[in-house]
Amino acid sequence: MSEDILLPEGAGEKQTTILNLGPTHPATHGVFQNILELDGERILKATSTVGYIHRAFEKIAERRPLYQITPLTDRLNYCSSPINNMGWHLTCEKLLGVQTPKRVDYLRVIIMELARIADHLICNSIVGVDSGAYSGFLYLMQYRELIYEIYEEVCGSRLTTNIGRIGGFERNFTNTAFEKLEKFLKEYPAQLTEFEKLFKRNRIFMERTIGCGPISAERALNYGFTGPNLRAAGVDYDVRVHAPYSSYQDFDFIIPVGTTGDCYDRFLVRQQEMWQSLSIITQAYKKVQEFKGQEAEVYHADTPAYYLPEKKDVYTKMEALIWHFKIIMGETAIPPGELYHSVEGANGELGFYLISDGGRTPYRLHFRRPCFIYYQAFPELVEGGLLSDAIITMSSLNLIAGELDA
Amino acid sequence: MSQLTNEQIRVALIDQFGDIFTEWSEPFGMLTFAAPKDLNLKVLQFLYDQESLSFRFMTDLQAVHYPDRTGEELCVVYHLHNLRDNVRIRFKVYTDIQKPDVFSATALFATANFMERETYDFFGVNFVGHPNLIRVLNVDEMDYFPLRKEFPLEDQTRVDKDDEMFGR
Repeated sequence: MSEDILLPEGAGEKQTTILNLGPTHPATHGVFQNILELDGERILKATSTVGYIHRAFEKIAERRPLYQITPLTDRLNYCSSPINNMGWHLTCEKLLGVQTPKRVDYLRVIIMELARIADHLICNSIVGVDSGAYSGFLYLMQYRELIYEIYEEVCGSRLTTNIGRIGGFERNFTNTAFEKLEKFLKEYPAQLTEFEKLFKRNRIFMERTIGCGPISAERALNYGFTGPNLRAAGVDYDVRVHAPYSSYQDFDFIIPVGTTGDCYDRFLVRQQEMWQSLSIITQAYKKVQEFKGQEAEVYHADTPAYYLPEKKDVYTKMEALIWHFKIIMGETAIPPGELYHSVEGANGELGFYLISDGGRTPYRLHFRRPCFIYYQAFPELVEGGLLSDAIITMSSLNLIAGELDA
Repeated sequence: MSQLTNEQIRVALIDQFGDIFTEWSEPFGMLTFAAPKDLNLKVLQFLYDQESLSFRFMTDLQAVHYPDRTGEELCVVYHLHNLRDNVRIRFKVYTDIQKPDVFSATALFATANFMERETYDFFGVNFVGHPNLIRVLNVDEMDYFPLRKEFPLEDQTRVDKDDEMFGR
């Protein structure tokens, strides 16, 4: 700057703009606010506010019997509700000492991995949308629809699934469900390849995402990152491998890791995880098909005290009616205990800390919600970057408002 | 490399701090213990620094309210994870509800920031040394701590509410 331009004292510091990004900004994909202090387009300071859709799930859960808590878990990360539901059921099973048959485990793995694909494809295609490439989103969306149809075939609902029971599924998978699964396994790889062609080596996309919102492995661990966001920073932590649940130890898959933890690495890690999920589903489906005769009909554990009897039995059999009533009213005994159980949710380690004092409802239930935990790193990720980078960073972190606020 | 066992952790802690720990247990295989609340940071730091232990990942932090335990009504629970040996532990400190001051772990774990704010928000645990201890999920004007047990949920059978919108 030439010396003859004299600015008033302090003017240099004051030339910043305050911008509210959210709570209802279309690019925030959910109800949370970021107050950004901008110097031109560069972010100097970010302050995040959460809690706009807080619903007090932990308090509500203190009055609900175990089955009535499942619908609450739907509404955490609603892009992959089945993982939340099954995480909760697995927690209950651990407390109650229920052993599930192998076939149930494999069917659960199929559903959970489908949910992971549904979640990742939304996240990755939204990163595309936020960087200006809309078409990938439209193509992949068809396959989320197909996944939702599979859910529908299994449990009757699509988004907030409330899928499964303690000990298994509410009904056996129908032939239509398996047909749809086969269709998905047959058609999705081609679609995903096409999607990858659109983005992976796309110069514009790479310029937009490489080096955008990076985090080192140390900082990511210190911030409690889990899931794809941690793996993109180079730490191979995956609950499916470190604490296998639902027979994940029977499957052969790799944990993809990145190096820099930026948006591009997060994109690639999610992309690779979708391929891994597809491989797990294929393996699981093969294992399911190997069950023959009586075994092929098994879809729940034999625990009448916790597994809701089939509806037609409730109408015709005394025993079933009694169990149904006892389970619904929360009259079956829950042993006292304290446990933490976690599953690999689509965006990180989803944990359930459950304390039971032997009453009909939990004494205390805490959800470890990965979104809530890694969202606090958001200011650190975006400060010093551009406003448009902040938007991509937010979508590539896969922030789900439902999980943020619980 | 030999796997870190719960017994080794227990011995290491007792060697360092003496007999200050209580409530040793292993529900579902997870080592659980409690320490006096003044020492929470010292214990966390020891667990973090000691090369053989290296509990450097904080999985979760929350509180539990036990109204019947006079003088130690609030319990702050830390879940720590050693990612190298893949061992989890649960560490508790109890505090008086009249003076719920507990040292903040934010200097050690950046992730404790929101978790402690949440715990403050719902239980009123005052984390001493926290950089920004304000409510995170509830409204700022709230003057009580809703997850404490003295606040019951609404009675589902109440009939005095005539709400056309929700059709009670």
